Amino acid sequence: MKSIPEFRSAKWNEPVVMEMGRSGSRGQLFPAPEDEVTEAVGIDLIPAAMQRKDRAALPEITEFEAQRHYLHLSQMTLGMMGVSLFGTCTMKYNSKTAEYATLRPELAEVHPYQHPDTLQGVLEIFDDFNGILQNLSGMDQFIFQAGGGADAAYTMAAVARAYWRDKGKLHQRTEMVTSVQAHPCNPATAAAAGFNVVNLPLEDNGYPSLEALKAAVSEKTALIMINNPDDMGIYNPEIKEWVKVAKDAGALCFYDHANFNGVMGKLSARELGFDACMFMLHKTFGAPKAGGGPAVGAYGCTKELAPYLPCPVVVKHGNSYILDEDRPKSSGKVREFWGNVPQVVRAYAWARAMGADGINLASDISVVANNYMDKKLGEIVGLEISNPKINAHRMEMTRWSLAPLTEETGVSTVDFANRLADFGIDPYWMSHEPWIVAEPFTPEAGELWSKEDIDMWIGVIAQIVQEARTNPEFVKTAPHNQAIAQVKGDAFEDPAKWAMTWRAYKRKVQGSTKVKGVA
Amino acid sequence: MATNTRAHPWMANSAPGAIQAMLDEIGASSVDEVFEQIPKDHFRSAPLDLPPILSSEVELKRDLVSKLKKNEDCETNLSFLGAGVWQHHVPAVVDEIVGRTEFATNVWGSYQSDHGRNQSWFEFSSQLGALLNLDVVQLPVYSWGCAIGHSIRMAQRITGRSRVLISQLSDPERLSVIQTYCQPTEMDSHIEVQQVAVDPLSGRMDISDLASKMGDDVAAVYFENPAYLGTIETEAVKIASMARFAGAETIVGVDPLSLGVMTAPGDYGADIVTGPVQPLGVHMQCGGGVGGFIASRDEEKYVLEYNGFLVSIVETMKKGEVGFGLACPHQNSYGSREHGKDWTGNSTYLWAIAGAVYMSLLGPEGFRELGNLIVSRARYAAKCLADVPGIQIVWPNSTFKEFVVNFDDTGKKVAEVNDLLRERGIFGGKDISKENNALGQSALYCVTEVHTAADIRRLVRTLKEVLS
Repeated sequence: MKSIPEFRSAKWNEPVVMEMGRSGSRGQLFPAPEDEVTEAVGIDLIPAAMQRKDRAALPEITEFEAQRHYLHLSQMTLGMMGVSLFGTCTMKYNSKTAEYATLRPELAEVHPYQHPDTLQGVLEIFDDFNGILQNLSGMDQFIFQAGGGADAAYTMAAVARAYWRDKGKLHQRTEMVTSVQAHPCNPATAAAAGFNVVNLPLEDNGYPSLEALKAAVSEKTALIMINNPDDMGIYNPEIKEWVKVAKDAGALCFYDHANFNGVMGKLSARELGFDACMFMLHKTFGAPKAGGGPAVGAYGCTKELAPYLPCPVVVKHGNSYILDEDRPKSSGKVREFWGNVPQVVRAYAWARAMGADGINLASDISVVANNYMDKKLGEIVGLEISNPKINAHRMEMTRWSLAPLTEETGVSTVDFANRLADFGIDPYWMSHEPWIVAEPFTPEAGELWSKEDIDMWIGVIAQIVQEARTNPEFVKTAPHNQAIAQVKGDAFEDPAKWAMTWRAYKRKVQGSTKVKGVA
Repeated sequence: MATNTRAHPWMANSAPGAIQAMLDEIGASSVDEVFEQIPKDHFRSAPLDLPPILSSEVELKRDLVSKLKKNEDCETNLSFLGAGVWQHHVPAVVDEIVGRTEFATNVWGSYQSDHGRNQSWFEFSSQLGALLNLDVVQLPVYSWGCAIGHSIRMAQRITGRSRVLISQLSDPERLSVIQTYCQPTEMDSHIEVQQVAVDPLSGRMDISDLASKMGDDVAAVYFENPAYLGTIETEAVKIASMARFAGAETIVGVDPLSLGVMTAPGDYGADIVTGPVQPLGVHMQCGGGVGGFIASRDEEKYVLEYNGFLVSIVETMKKGEVGFGLACPHQNSYGSREHGKDWTGNSTYLWAIAGAVYMSLLGPEGFRELGNLIVSRARYAAKCLADVPGIQIVWPNSTFKEFVVNFDDTGKKVAEVNDLLRERGIFGGKDISKENNALGQSALYCVTEVHTAADIRRLVRTLKEVLS
């Protein structure tokens, strides 16, 4: 077994960049306009009413100082370079081969308004990857415009609006039905798109009842949006009946495939009856999430819904590819251009490097490893699995509760997460709102980590449980080995103290703490 | 279930015996057993039929590169395309930092373990705030169009009104996104997007038409400075005061690279400011480099309506030390689901880091030099093109980096001209002849710091050749 790391974060006491440097230092020079330019057009070209008079209060540092500063900041960022079983986000290796390919000028220095004849390479990759996702889901057409999973959910809401508007029933189909356990982006995007949200409560078995769904859907239901399995690791075995009930009421059915990792190669959204689904390329398909994007929510649907998709759609025309912008029933764009193109290329690379067997093997491993993790967590006194009466093996992640330990020691799941960072372990994901399970945490083992990595992670959990019993104050005041100490949270909700820029900070603390500028 | 003879480089537990060892520990007889929750008739009947595996890095790289090489790019060709994605110089240090695996990571991160990332985010907002002269800058959303859409919806919540005024000459790409955020009219919560006429002589918003459309049901007026077709809005103060008088919000869209030479929007009455982040050190990436920022004054009326992530500097438990975390986290959709302020999700936060590095490299003098260089070369290009027989520049003396080139008198369509240019290694400006703008056969040209005077002369020479 790997020993528990004696981790120490880099600690550079790095100043905020705004206080660095010295008057006159430069990090980037630009040439003066050529003489022929200045002779032809003169100077002071901005109309007087719009000429900037003040000097922007930016730092003045050298190129090296900028490089060193941000390298220091990267060194004070863990970024899963320890072990991270961060549930709902599916930790994967992000291929450098794929990343380096996207940095080439053939992609990095390409403009989306270039003539399609000059974009055949990237369009071919889009079309090939569309084919891969079609096969994984059974859907007829994918687009990649959505900038994340939530944006794909919003795309679904926009497509549903266009669909019902086209049918002349948008005034009647005003409701979206989902589970209280669905990712917040489903109810939030549907509400933002103008739908009324109906949340179904969970039963003891972990999912809403079919009866509750039957009572909720009607001729007012525009669509249902549902994930399966959920973040507890529970699979709703009645999902086919769900889809039938919703479709009998005329509603569209959207499969939020955020939790695809444990079922990839095993399930087909289309075979289960869904009209549309969404894959997170920055999660399941090996593209980096980058701390919150650029991401891609690949949105796919049946040919019946395809006319309502946002434009453009990549279409193969003979031997070449074109961008179809002429789709009169289209919902309108959810974002400019075609999506986060490099992420699509990386996801394509992931799928090609995995192959069908590799994808199937990855879902096997992710579910087996998660159950191995569950077994080991279950041996630690003070932790409790969610829905403890369910004996069946969980899927690719499991919601756990720290409530017994909290009751015993006063150490909460937030305290526990803070302490994890001291071991070079990314604090675990707790839970989306609402917290149905007390003191929740949601680990996901995935196919990336070795059994030894998982053992080490379990070992750290066990050690912190022990610390909670012997020295709860030490856990509560963590982190101790990180770049900074625990932050004081009161300012986040206090208009007198919050400061979203250095300008605001200087104004609010003026006269109290004058911070020294050190480059 | 799947069989693989060689371990996969991205899966430790694909090594021989690893799965079996875990199955033994959990007491399961087979992999099938751990999938016991899924009813048998839910498993897909159609086997996966994917393209053959590229099992080695050698093969994968070959496939990716050979496909991408079928693209033409703006390094080999001379491009004058802009309109939402612009070719600017990206300093090498920016590429190094955003490529750091700690930042370009698979994980979402936390404030305990990712202090450096959080500080970089705060530095993005702080430096952009210094360019805008505004105290609150949110981490970027998906795109400029999305930023405008969210801002208009903020204005609707703030004012309780549901009509927004925007320029008739708006970018169709952004406008489509704005309409998605505001429409359709069948929904009770919809926002009416009403277009304001443009003064044909200047390209600026027609003040008298704006006055006639302003009213006590207007949530916001939105204008861009510089505008979609490149023109600088000199009446910004007037527009903002008209909006304020009517109780409406003033939302502005700005090009951050103009702010070394153009007035900060915080200084001419803007309430909410949006703009693209791609110019701040992000490669075009075929449109995959876009992101959009939202900023405002530090007033609760605004702060409590933001949809996404606001990073605040705060004290830590250690005296004299500062850290960073999310302010007002409960108002977003993660905290409040359908009752949250609009909605959010993964966005474009890596580009916040790119922007932070970029702005720190340029500093105040860099932005001034850059703005001056861009406007000088763009005006020079416009002036030289005006000398080409048949070509007219629509608004020649009031633009920043983009300008409208009209080809009506050449007898050729923009599409034809662009085909001829492309044969000669030049990507002409965006064809705007089908955009319902009464500008005839026109193209939107973009000139930046990457275009030298020699490049401009080459364009002029080539146009003379293909138009003669």
